[in-house]
Amino acid sequence: MPRVMAPDDVTRALRRIAHEIVERNRGTDGLVLVGIHTRGVPLAEAIASEIETFESIKVPVGELDIGLYRDDLGRRPGTRLSRTLMPVDLTDQTVVLVDDVLYTGRTVRAALDAMSDLGRPAAVELAVLIDRGHRQLPIRADYVGRNIPTSLDEQVKVRCQAVDGEQGVWIERTGS
Amino acid sequence: MIRHLLTTEDMGREELEDLLQLADEFVAVLGRDIPKVPALRGATVSTVFFEPSTRTRLSFEKAAKALSADVMTFNPATSAATKGESLKDTVLTLRAMGADLLVVRHAAAGAPWQVAEWVDVPVVNGGDGAHQHPTQALLDALTLRQRFGKLDGLRIGIVGDIRHSRVARSDIFAFNSLGAAVTLVGPSTLMPGDLTGWPVTVVSDLDAALPELDVVYLLRIQLERGGATVFPSLPEYVRRFGINRERFARLHAEAVVMHPGPMNRGVEITPDVADDPRSLVLDQVRNGVAVRMAVLFRLLVDGEAAYG
Repeated sequence: MPRVMAPDDVTRALRRIAHEIVERNRGTDGLVLVGIHTRGVPLAEAIASEIETFESIKVPVGELDIGLYRDDLGRRPGTRLSRTLMPVDLTDQTVVLVDDVLYTGRTVRAALDAMSDLGRPAAVELAVLIDRGHRQLPIRADYVGRNIPTSLDEQVKVRCQAVDGEQGVWIERTGS
Repeated sequence: MIRHLLTTEDMGREELEDLLQLADEFVAVLGRDIPKVPALRGATVSTVFFEPSTRTRLSFEKAAKALSADVMTFNPATSAATKGESLKDTVLTLRAMGADLLVVRHAAAGAPWQVAEWVDVPVVNGGDGAHQHPTQALLDALTLRQRFGKLDGLRIGIVGDIRHSRVARSDIFAFNSLGAAVTLVGPSTLMPGDLTGWPVTVVSDLDAALPELDVVYLLRIQLERGGATVFPSLPEYVRRFGINRERFARLHAEAVVMHPGPMNRGVEITPDVADDPRSLVLDQVRNGVAVRMAVLFRLLVDGEAAYG
């Protein structure tokens, strides 16, 4: 399974995203990072840590589970729900949604719906480590670690230290 | 394969814990400003209650609505059942109208199993005679888990009319699977004739048992199921098995009191004990909605799909 990003590549991409977020929002005021379960959460934590190193401010990090908002629920076996936890009220905050891979856009669509039940952010931005293309909805990312054009029979695997015990990105051909 | 929820007797620890963990997430959803999620949009849940019920039916309907499902309420008193329509025709009609899941309550033990054979959608037992009431056991287990962290090692005394109680039958097997030790307390006339295979110990002296219990679970005296005919008198029952302030004081400081409702205040429980902070009655009601959401979600959400 070919690796396309080494641990250092991931760290550098997250560091750049951290700078871009602060630059675009002119600081960290009213900023909340919200990771989408599962791997968006450690990525959001990592971006918050990077921001802390140069801004000396810990931006609040929330966790969002979108299991109850999917549009393919009837076809998913044994769906596990993770906790949804917001450290602050999202209303009037600038929320940066964080996920590992942007693909069809349906996860992000579900995340936007889930968030609208939790509050009314002033703005929502999207940060992803990998954009692999093949969108099925009019959704784009504001911050992208790396664009990796893929074919539909490939899978992009992101692994995070906190979840998988290693960090990196791999491409797998499913052969289907 | 269509899955149903009919009894706690065959539910293992893993299945119970899966539902309780799922219910935890729904407790969180119900605590939000907007306590509603779109998970079951487009699905229709039908409540088919041939016995009077307020809380269980409303709880299922609230659970369905909090998941954005539509609800069809079948009320036999105002339906064709009064014209002699059979149970089979009733449920087939509801299914033909688009019900995706049926919650069935019936005075006849086993009725939900029969319904499950007739329809091609999940069936949830909402209480069948004196037999089973599995969502009651789930909400009781959830309530105890919230209070004590886990059920392992908990000493639970179920007090009263065990013989006529589907709540007791459901709780005993669920509590046992989750690691609790169940003691049945009541007069012999209110005990089932045959306790073979039941993971319980039986005592008849409540006062002696109280100091050893972490949970006192009071069953309702079901006057409508002949409760009054099997013990000498109501005052006699209250004297021996009713929980009052004095008996409550014999429990250790962390012990709690539960009741499936509706309570007969002054019979199983005195009002001051019912309203004590260590009475979990309203927590049980609250948790009922969350566990029913978990059950509806698990039974209606199944299949396979890729997602990205």
